[in-house]
Amino acid sequence: MAAKPRIKVPKKASAGDIITIKTLISHKMESGQRKDKEGKVIPRKIINKFSCEFNGSSVFSCDIDPAISANPYFEFRAKVNEAGTFKFTWVDDDGSVIEAEKEIAIS
Amino acid sequence: MNLTRRKFLTVSTSAAVATFFGGSRAFATVDEINKAISDFTGGGEPESGVLALKTPEIAENGNSVPVSVTVESPMTDDDYVESVMILAEDNPNPEVATFHFSPASGEAKASTRMRLAKTQNVVAVAKMSNGKFYKASNNVKVTIGGCGG
Repeated sequence: MAAKPRIKVPKKASAGDIITIKTLISHKMESGQRKDKEGKVIPRKIINKFSCEFNGSSVFSCDIDPAISANPYFEFRAKVNEAGTFKFTWVDDDGSVIEAEKEIAIS
Repeated sequence: MNLTRRKFLTVSTSAAVATFFGGSRAFATVDEINKAISDFTGGGEPESGVLALKTPEIAENGNSVPVSVTVESPMTDDDYVESVMILAEDNPNPEVATFHFSPASGEAKASTRMRLAKTQNVVAVAKMSNGKFYKASNNVKVTIGGCGG
């Protein structure tokens, strides 16, 4: 299950701009509340943590509970003072980590 | 008992909802909500204002309800919004998500999509770096519940 995240970051911005970042990752987000046909509870398996860093320092992060919809979507802001790289991390309940990076230039 | 048509409908609908969720499933209680809030605030009393919670009035599908929070606050190194917790009062687990902001966020604004089991209040609590707390809540009417199935 190689989930490929979709991320929208503007290609460039002026120094000091506040930009909007949108991210979406494919994931079932099994809540642990559902039951299968035999009435057994389907075990919980969700992304439990999302974070965004810019040039190594934290911009935004989110602790996620099962009440977040499948294919978790996040939209948030970031202030850019310099060119650099945004690093996005999703942590799954099973311990796997999905990472992605996006660069931004200063115009 | 004088069972009017309206009363009957209310009773039968809630029974149907209970059956839908397996009957025995416990929804979050008021105590759980208050505990979740006081755990987050460390006992501090949240005020109203500054924090804006945006949700649809009616959500057709409880599996995906857009929710957005905005906190009117400067985002400087000594005065910024640390985090915003979102709770759904009548979900099996009230916690939905906690956003953590930083001065590098520029603006304390974030949105996501959540699951709602039924019509209920959604509560957001914001924690500021100066130790203040703000709270906002909205009622969302849910046509089709978003857990179980």
